[in-house]
Amino acid sequence: MKKSSLSLAKPKSNVVQDKDSKIFNFVNILLLLVFTIVIIVPVWNIVASSFASSDALAKGDFVFWPSEIATDNYRKVLGDASMWQALLISIGKTAIGVFAHTAFCAIMAYALSKRNLKGRGLYSTMGIITMFFSGGMIPTYLLIKSLNLLNTFWVYIIPALLSYYDVIILMNFFRDVPTSLEESAKIDGASDWGVFLKIFMPLSKPALATIALFHGVWQWNDFMTTKLYVTERALYPLQMKLYEIITQSQAASQQGLNAAVEISTTSKGVQLATIVVTTVPILIIYPLLQRHFISGMMLGAVKE
Amino acid sequence: MEAKNAKAASTSHFSKWWKDFGHQWQLQTMAIPGIIYMIIFSFIPIYGLVIAFKNYTVIDTIDGAQWVGLENFRIIMEDKYFWESVINTLGISGLKLAFGFVLPIIIAVMIYELRDSVFKRVIQTISYLPHFLSWIILGGMIITWFSSNGMINELLNFIGIQTKQNHMLDVSKYWWIASLSDVWKEAGWGTILYLATMSKIDPTYYEAAKMDGASRLRQIWSITIPMIRNIISLNLILSVSGLFNSNLDQTLVLMNSQNQPKAEVINSYVYRVGLMQGNFSYATAVGLGISIISVILLVLTNIITKKLNDNQSVL
Repeated sequence: MKKSSLSLAKPKSNVVQDKDSKIFNFVNILLLLVFTIVIIVPVWNIVASSFASSDALAKGDFVFWPSEIATDNYRKVLGDASMWQALLISIGKTAIGVFAHTAFCAIMAYALSKRNLKGRGLYSTMGIITMFFSGGMIPTYLLIKSLNLLNTFWVYIIPALLSYYDVIILMNFFRDVPTSLEESAKIDGASDWGVFLKIFMPLSKPALATIALFHGVWQWNDFMTTKLYVTERALYPLQMKLYEIITQSQAASQQGLNAAVEISTTSKGVQLATIVVTTVPILIIYPLLQRHFISGMMLGAVKE
Repeated sequence: MEAKNAKAASTSHFSKWWKDFGHQWQLQTMAIPGIIYMIIFSFIPIYGLVIAFKNYTVIDTIDGAQWVGLENFRIIMEDKYFWESVINTLGISGLKLAFGFVLPIIIAVMIYELRDSVFKRVIQTISYLPHFLSWIILGGMIITWFSSNGMINELLNFIGIQTKQNHMLDVSKYWWIASLSDVWKEAGWGTILYLATMSKIDPTYYEAAKMDGASRLRQIWSITIPMIRNIISLNLILSVSGLFNSNLDQTLVLMNSQNQPKAEVINSYVYRVGLMQGNFSYATAVGLGISIISVILLVLTNIITKKLNDNQSVL
């Protein structure tokens, strides 16, 4: 009797649960769609507006799809020689910076991954101190100045060579490499540098790629280094170029004069096209390498 | 006699240490450049903090400058612009904490509830994307959206509110624009740690809860949330201790002469007073004072969450 009432009750509650579950799924998907739209639509608005003519921009119709595709803005941006110069600096600092940073961190991480390294306790304590304490903006500026790095290309590379955070990630990765590989290479007469370059580097490609990717995005996006240490316009990267265009058109729009309005709509188009040009490399790279970004995020988080 | 033995032992220990060190010269050539680099680029600037207690000018050396004790800190106490920047920093961070702390948790739970599907991957890809935009790019976009004929006004017009205002010039809206744009940028990326932790939850918990007749919302409240509690506490500690952190990139691009009274944050104040006006000692003192307050906050929040978390530290 008792048993049968249970078996009767169960299907009923399942039906209720299924209905409850369906409503839940529907609301859940609906809310996530709203969230996705809130992210995509504003970005799409920028891309679409960058293809609008300056007349359309001045009228300010909400552009999801420009009435006619005008490439004037892009022609202006790509016709500017200083833009190409900035692109060159951006690519140069990203490429050299990524290579130098990854190599420098990997070398130090390899030494620190050896538990019998003499002085290891001191070295890692110093490293951890650099993660939590810094001199801040002004003392760092005074150092960069006294090293004569102001207004040089190397100010993009040298102060960003080492991150102890990245060293820890690589160190943990190196420790998981089987010691037997190293021992047999040592028997064959390989040196520490030889083992590092010939065995550990090829085996650590995933970890190295992750560090390289994050540093690459940072280098490409970094504008503060330029703002703080570089006044020489020939050394401006794209981000700084964009910053300049934005602040100029902001200043023009604040004056509120009719003459200024015209200047500001022209420069608005240029600004939009520059935004898109500066973002495109990241938009191309990011979806392809998303997996690595996430695994890198996890690598760092697990070791926190 | 004993002392002599001990001395001999320590000398031989020391010489053995040196001998081992010598045998490791290859490994040491890999470690020492990094150490020298850290001394130059991290420890010298930390030493440079002494100028907060000096009167340093461009013609001095750091060591040669005259000591003034806590004079700079005394001036900070009376500096109206400094306190304005503190209030702005706390206002913007507070709004960021109010919205940006809970939203990633909600979104992570919602994405997790999708179980496995193509839609899930698409949503993740899209929601992580804004994290990779620089503040200069995003700043340019924000200025465009909020300009007099930008997207925001078009939307307002569409729902019947007629306006031609440039919202970036409206000082009363700056805190909202600054904090919510930060939430927009980072909410998706902030879900990663939560999602990773959730992926390790044993699915039998949910099956058991379902047998007991628990609704989906009840399952989330009683299983998912408790399982990610540690990450939630960790993030809370980090956000609260970061209340005095301000975003210099964001401020430099969004600040203009109209909204400056509400836009100037501690970092941008240090930048302006230190590097623009050359008042190095004073700006360093401001930076140092804020760092000390942040460390105190970190320790305090850790103690409080430890109490709430049955005496388990999450740091």
